[in-house]
Amino acid sequence: MHPIFSNLRRLGLYLLSWIPIAGMLAYLLTIPGQLSMREAAILSIPLSLIYAFICLSSWYSCRGNPLEKYGLGRLIATHVTAALIASVVWGFAAAGMASSLSKMPSFPELNTRFRPAIPVIVGSGILLYLLSVTFFYIVIAVDLSRDAEARVMQASVLARDAELKALKAQVNPHFLFNSLNSISALTTSDSAKAREMCILLGDFLRRTLGLGEKTAIPLEEELSLIHAFLAVEKVRFGARIQMEENIDKSALDAPVPPLLLQPLVENAVVHGIANLVEGGWIRLSIQSQENGDISIVVENTLDPEAPARRRNGVGLANVRQRLQARYGSRASFAVKAGAEAYTVTLTFPAERKLQTT
Amino acid sequence: MNLQDGQKIRAIIVDDEELARQVIREFVGAHPEIELVAECSNGFEAVKSVTELKPDLLFLDIQMPKLDGFEVLELIGNDLRVIFVTAFDRYAIKAFEVHAVDYLLKPFGADRFEAALNRAKQRVAAGKPHRPPAELAAAARPPSQFLDRIAVRDGTRVYIVPVAKLDYVEAQDDYVALATEGKKHLKQQTISSLESALDPSRFLRIHRSFIVNLERVVKVEPYAKDTHVAVLQNGTQLPVSRAGYARLRAFLDR
Repeated sequence: MHPIFSNLRRLGLYLLSWIPIAGMLAYLLTIPGQLSMREAAILSIPLSLIYAFICLSSWYSCRGNPLEKYGLGRLIATHVTAALIASVVWGFAAAGMASSLSKMPSFPELNTRFRPAIPVIVGSGILLYLLSVTFFYIVIAVDLSRDAEARVMQASVLARDAELKALKAQVNPHFLFNSLNSISALTTSDSAKAREMCILLGDFLRRTLGLGEKTAIPLEEELSLIHAFLAVEKVRFGARIQMEENIDKSALDAPVPPLLLQPLVENAVVHGIANLVEGGWIRLSIQSQENGDISIVVENTLDPEAPARRRNGVGLANVRQRLQARYGSRASFAVKAGAEAYTVTLTFPAERKLQTT
Repeated sequence: MNLQDGQKIRAIIVDDEELARQVIREFVGAHPEIELVAECSNGFEAVKSVTELKPDLLFLDIQMPKLDGFEVLELIGNDLRVIFVTAFDRYAIKAFEVHAVDYLLKPFGADRFEAALNRAKQRVAAGKPHRPPAELAAAARPPSQFLDRIAVRDGTRVYIVPVAKLDYVEAQDDYVALATEGKKHLKQQTISSLESALDPSRFLRIHRSFIVNLERVVKVEPYAKDTHVAVLQNGTQLPVSRAGYARLRAFLDR
């Protein structure tokens, strides 16, 4: 749809902008010295009106020849040719108008006196046409950038949604009910341990609580969330969980999306440890690399013949999504299911400053 | 479990978490009529203990190492009462309701425990058997999740057959024979219920009595009027019915 025709208000504004052009044209027509100011004004008003509409057509040739698609040579050739044609047509129209006016007694011999002004008409026609080409290219560029802006907005809204969904899905009911069941068991056999378990569970839940409003937390906070989670799981699984950590302290102040790693550790427990009669290990490695990236590996033992878990890998998909949403192509995420170990590796750029908390 | 007066109910607890077993042990302790004969911490142990000890009642967790609760149930038959014990499992709980299976949700108190126990006893008195275990397992599976392995039992030994290694399935009365790697394992299940649990893009019912792993089929040849045979990689020939041939064609034309 034509941006000017599609809207009456815009069309009105556009035509208004041609009033000074008509004035300028009347002035130019008097320069060769043959026309009076009155005659020039009478000619220039309808001529400007005609040309205003001719220039609107340049929008179509701008649309058909996008700046980013064609070379400068082709663009200049196309638009200059169009400008020549438009202004010659305009020149003929002007000559026709002058000769019909000359039949009236009040404009004696207007057609011959008008002739020296024809180059003025054609010359200003070319310039005006090219001006309209520039104008429409600007209109198109503004539209494009507005579209891009809308897309970026939409993408960030989607990312935020995905994040919130992930966070809501976080405190896994299976984990919560099993932990409560452990407490229930301990109340009669070891009440001190039961109280300790309540405190550990409370600590973990409290840490996950306000995370929904945050876009990033220091890696250190995420690590202590993992420790709180594992403290609870250690009560349930006892000696079946062995945790090994290899952590580069210099990476710990980097901001990360909240709950980036905890789901990975939870998966390691649910899909690894919980399927092993004798238990197994979870290895967590956090390293700063020379190029400034942070590389994190979560690895766990697994039973390759374990029964299919009745909860699908939503956690993993969420982590990947949120990593993508925040870092785009600067992040990588890889999963390797080996014969005896399951390894998730992620790298992402360390952003030194934490802007929002 | 047809109990004589004074005869004890022999029970087994199956759960991989020590603390979870401890809760049930404590509640069972208040019932002198129940005798705890074993505790198991994984599915293999459970099948072994049930086969050897023939208990009357089983407290069965769902998520465990080696075999999950449903696989255990499929392997031990349905001549004992089972009370499922789980923390959270949307689909399983729905299936328990539909199939009138007793269950306990962790954490549970003594009142819930008593109620589940009483229901289990009443069902024994009414002589109502469980629905076929495979049907319950199928109902409890999350939608659009197909079987990726089948557990079979030979005496006290349990074999896991990954469905990728399955060549074909043959119906034999109330059983299905699973042909894999040159061996055949028998399992008590109807071929229709197994068919509905297998991924239809990988397994096809080619005959009233046969389901074939499509990856194994080398060629399909005409046999007699209106029938064909499917030849597998290892040379096995399976009959293909007219309807089976139409399904096979529809699959190949896709």
